[in-house]
Amino acid sequence: MNRRTLFKASAALAIALSLQVPNAWAAPPVLKIGFVGVTSGPAAAWGISNQRSMETRAAWINETGGYTIGDTTYEIEIVSFDDQKDPKRAIAGMEKMAQEGIHYVVGPNVDDGAAAVRPVAEKNGIMYFPYAFPKELYTAPASNAILGMVANYQSGPAIYKYLRDEKGVKTVAFVAANESDPLSQREGGVAAAKALGLEVVSDNATYQVNTTDFMPLLTPVMRTRPDLLVLSGVSPANAPQLVRSARELGFEGIISTETAQDAKVLREGAGDLANGFISVGGASTPEIASDAMKEFVDRYIKMFGEYNDESNTKVYALEYILETLKANPAAVDDVEEFKKTIDTFEAPNPYMKGDAKLRYVGMTSFGQKRQLAVPLVVNVYRDGEFETLFIAEVD
Amino acid sequence: MTPPSAGYGRIKHESGMEQILANGIYLGAQYAMIALGLTLIFALMNVLNFAHGQMYVLGGFVTYTFYGQLGWPFAFALLMSCITLAVLGALIEKYLFAPVIKRSSREESTMLLAAGLAFLFDSLILLLFGEKQRGVPKLVDGVFNWDFRVIMPYDRILICVLAIISIVTFILFMQYSKTGRALRALAQDRSAAQLMGVNVDRYSMVGFALGAMLAGLVGGLLVTITGVNLGMGGPTSIQAFIMVMIGGAGVISGAIAGGIILGFLEAIGLAVLSQYGDITYLLIFVSLMIFLAVRPQGLMGKPWG
Repeated sequence: MNRRTLFKASAALAIALSLQVPNAWAAPPVLKIGFVGVTSGPAAAWGISNQRSMETRAAWINETGGYTIGDTTYEIEIVSFDDQKDPKRAIAGMEKMAQEGIHYVVGPNVDDGAAAVRPVAEKNGIMYFPYAFPKELYTAPASNAILGMVANYQSGPAIYKYLRDEKGVKTVAFVAANESDPLSQREGGVAAAKALGLEVVSDNATYQVNTTDFMPLLTPVMRTRPDLLVLSGVSPANAPQLVRSARELGFEGIISTETAQDAKVLREGAGDLANGFISVGGASTPEIASDAMKEFVDRYIKMFGEYNDESNTKVYALEYILETLKANPAAVDDVEEFKKTIDTFEAPNPYMKGDAKLRYVGMTSFGQKRQLAVPLVVNVYRDGEFETLFIAEVD
Repeated sequence: MTPPSAGYGRIKHESGMEQILANGIYLGAQYAMIALGLTLIFALMNVLNFAHGQMYVLGGFVTYTFYGQLGWPFAFALLMSCITLAVLGALIEKYLFAPVIKRSSREESTMLLAAGLAFLFDSLILLLFGEKQRGVPKLVDGVFNWDFRVIMPYDRILICVLAIISIVTFILFMQYSKTGRALRALAQDRSAAQLMGVNVDRYSMVGFALGAMLAGLVGGLLVTITGVNLGMGGPTSIQAFIMVMIGGAGVISGAIAGGIILGFLEAIGLAVLSQYGDITYLLIFVSLMIFLAVRPQGLMGKPWG
């Protein structure tokens, strides 16, 4: 067969195939949702729990036929970027999202990263969902950021009030890593404690974030004899060691934090010494987890081998984005439409029992609704598991 | 344990110098062990092993896997950490460092290789062991309490004793064994050692393996106290460099001295300076800079050049 004949035959075959199987070429439209956060280094658990929560949910949606927004059924694709907790990399990540035409990005996980990406997000029409607490990100004139979890200045007062009223706590000491997030959380915690009439007996003990031995740090703090020891902004990696060291020094008071923790990490790192440790959780404690939440946890474990309790709060971000887009399909490519929908948006919360709702909150804290209504679930660790201490709502 | 509630936070002791000394000895022993492996590799091959901290982390994870997950006896799990890191160290030296040293005339090549290895290990650790902090059951329960003047959990005392025994064993090995003598000869003068019949290639590999094994051993010991996570590698390497710089790069006794000095500086600084905020390490770094400006070879190192 000469070359011309071969060429003609190939062209004919290609045309015939394209006419015969048109559906094979029509792939479902893809809706890309971004993630920019820390997925390596000591704080990797924070970002990885975000990323995996989104990937688990996206896989679940795609497996069951996709997500319908308006007249279009989309396949959900998660586009991730590891910012290594570095603001410069967070900016690069957000720029990458902009280049890919992504309008909805979960993250970053830390204060300086979330602040750094604000100009990029605002310039490129991106709504982002940080897990960082500075109020200026969510207060007008800022309008592109939506806080993905409960802030420490919201959970702290609730926790301290509960401990003051129910457990008779009168004095409190704070310990924080020498980094912007923990230090600002300590600042907020100290203010909240004083506002409640608690005596702050120690508030300047700090440690290097890579500290592994906390006994030298805690020894002088224990001398102040607090009723409550607050581990401000403590990472899941450091919490077990701090709790263990405090208990080994003989501290018998209450230990708490306003960050999410992992029960298995606490069990492995501190064992029974972690019993009574109070932290902030999410939706998977048995008292409130719905069947959908249980299925989410099962799918997460199947995909990644092990569940991370931090995903109890991180499960919400993607759900909120998709449900809001469903409520206003014009928002798929236009974040101004998304912003218009926020004030009146409401949808069933699939992850909690009862008639809990997905809605945006934040009028009290920020003067505008720029926060996901994630339930404030305060947990206490007991014998390897979290038990719900109390549930509250924040605004 | 009594359920925690308000009114129980009454620590009765007013710990002072005795507690600081106890903390210093404990920290010093573990830091000395961390520094030993790094300085041995530097002494033998003039290589600053930037992946030393990652090897420590890997040792911790191996012990976690065998002792914490599979339930093997701790001694066996520790042995597995030592063997794993020794084999890894030998392979790294034979197939990576040795060829680079032979072919490249620039010292930076090995530094870059070591830095690249550090990144590689970080990624491998994340893939193999995940992102979470890992811990193992305590070896010994209970706390030694001397009238509230010294409070030290028994497992820390045990690890401190094991660390000291390991350091002494290492010193004796280096002093009296044939391999130890060969390694010391190699560290002293590579060319002369070769002329004296020492197989420099073989003993370089053995030395690197030994240095890696020491990192793995201390990682396996300390996982019982501090746990392990993938982010510990980099900061551990930096601490090891500080100790080696204080004591003198390439000098075994210097590494031990550097580790002990850093341990005590930390214990004293955290106890005395905590009321002023986190300035302990700031002062340590400033002091180190001044010290190195005055004595760049460290306490026991020989002047270079």
